[in-house]
Amino acid sequence: MTLVERLRADFRMVEGLKACINCGTCTAICPAAGVSDYDPRMVVDMVQENNEETLIALLKSDTIWRCGECLSCKTRCPRENVPGYVIQALRSLSIDTGYFMESTQGRKQFALKRTIGEHILKYGYCVHVDEVNTEMFPEQGPVWDWLQKNKEQVLERLGTSYGKQQSGSLRIIPEESLRNLKRIFDETGATKRFEQIEQYARLNARQEGIDFDEGNSCEYFKKMYEK
Amino acid sequence: MKALVKNKNWQAYQKEIADDHYYFARSCIRQNIFPAAEDVFLKIIGTELGKDIFDDVRQTTCTGIAYHSGLLPFETTMTVVAHQFALMNEAGYENFVCSCVTSFGIYSEVLETWAFFTDTLKNTREALKRSTGKTFKIPRNLVHASDVIFKYREEIAAKAKYRLVNAKTGEPLKVVDHIGCHYAKIFPEKGIGGAEYPYVLAGLIDEWGGEQVDYPERRHCCGFGFRQYLLKSNRGYSVANSKKKFDSMKPYQPDLIISNCPGCTFFLDRWQYTIAEIEGITYGANGFGIPVLTYEELAGLLLGYDPWDMGLQLHQVTVEPILDKLGIVYKPEGKYRGLNNVCLGKPVMPEILKCI
Repeated sequence: MTLVERLRADFRMVEGLKACINCGTCTAICPAAGVSDYDPRMVVDMVQENNEETLIALLKSDTIWRCGECLSCKTRCPRENVPGYVIQALRSLSIDTGYFMESTQGRKQFALKRTIGEHILKYGYCVHVDEVNTEMFPEQGPVWDWLQKNKEQVLERLGTSYGKQQSGSLRIIPEESLRNLKRIFDETGATKRFEQIEQYARLNARQEGIDFDEGNSCEYFKKMYEK
Repeated sequence: MKALVKNKNWQAYQKEIADDHYYFARSCIRQNIFPAAEDVFLKIIGTELGKDIFDDVRQTTCTGIAYHSGLLPFETTMTVVAHQFALMNEAGYENFVCSCVTSFGIYSEVLETWAFFTDTLKNTREALKRSTGKTFKIPRNLVHASDVIFKYREEIAAKAKYRLVNAKTGEPLKVVDHIGCHYAKIFPEKGIGGAEYPYVLAGLIDEWGGEQVDYPERRHCCGFGFRQYLLKSNRGYSVANSKKKFDSMKPYQPDLIISNCPGCTFFLDRWQYTIAEIEGITYGANGFGIPVLTYEELAGLLLGYDPWDMGLQLHQVTVEPILDKLGIVYKPEGKYRGLNNVCLGKPVMPEILKCI
């Protein structure tokens, strides 16, 4: 099966791309296009070529990682195309083929795996108060430092279930739920994808001579997250 | 013909929202950044309105943030969603209410995918059974939490101690409504009022006595961008898009911003602080920012709940200007207190953005 055929087999392509007339409405409405040279009209046009070499160039590019998935394009396209869905399919194929490692933005998937990806399996949610600090998220501001300094007091006063095994916000998720999430990840390809991202990252770090370990304080994580 | 067009327009404002017996799904962002907000929602629905709403200890993320960051296969997200539905079924509920707008988009997208590509439903059922032993039924009703507040906006108004009017002048307060993109831009027919003229928050403003602010970038994204915000290197995307909105709304001098999306509420709050400290620009009066509230925080304030019990001290943009305009009676000294009224000291104050 060619890469074009693999891409076309993704149901998000069936939903996302009928026949694009290149009107550029998607680019006009696109928040990413307003702040970078990202151009969804061009991406869809390239995909529409059904050309293997053009597709490989896209899969290796930073371009497909620039979309913010707001899906404003879905609302406005006069032909009911969805460039945001096309991007989802391109990103999946880029990871499956390993081409994501050819672009600076693609390699950054490692930092996302090490943060939100692992948070899901550790806490049951993508975000957790214990993992957010103003070094990684300076825009959280001094009020967040105040919360972190007085976390137990404040979260108790606000009636959360922080650190408790009971219903409510910020609770400790039951082992059964975490186990089920892990089994679902194993069953549906997420675990394999995580392992693949780690494997490629380790190799890349070795090639570049950058410090790499299991935590998020290693040089390689910082490079992927910050630079 | 005219009547047909009118009927079609009116249909955009019709949405089936269950009357009672809800299964509540929490949000990754809301419970962390605004940790008391979801409990305010539960209090309004359960205590004020006397409805049955279940807060399941076993529930989890829908994985939407990771999916839209390009990290997870859609098969994983569909199966996690199926797992959530299975938990709802086991608890004896069939009306699913989610706190997160990204989640609302994900659940809607998964249901549409299962309906249109029927093999994906079969495959998801098999994947869930193999991995967890569970089975599930599709919810009878799926809505966002702001839909439920919209449905009961008149009942809330009837119980409210305050209205969205300036207590000194009697003038309606000017309120910006920001609707999270995934509420209606993906499936306009699933949002009250559709994507172009969403009414889910505007309806609250109208009912509760305020005045909507219509500004050029009203429908523009807050700039979350999923991986664009989550990676520090890419965060300029996020702040630039929020700034585009602030610059556009500033001439209308809004008193308040409200949003139905936890992420949007967070960005519209924190990026005002960031822009002030980096650019020296503030968007409210006298060096303050424009206060940003979630829909349940606003409802709670109007119902007379203590702002500090609702966690409004955890907003970086100071909320006191809107409390004072509403005429809300509150204890300024109660803001930074812990359990048993213990004084915890104040946070460090930003250099540019005026805070209390």
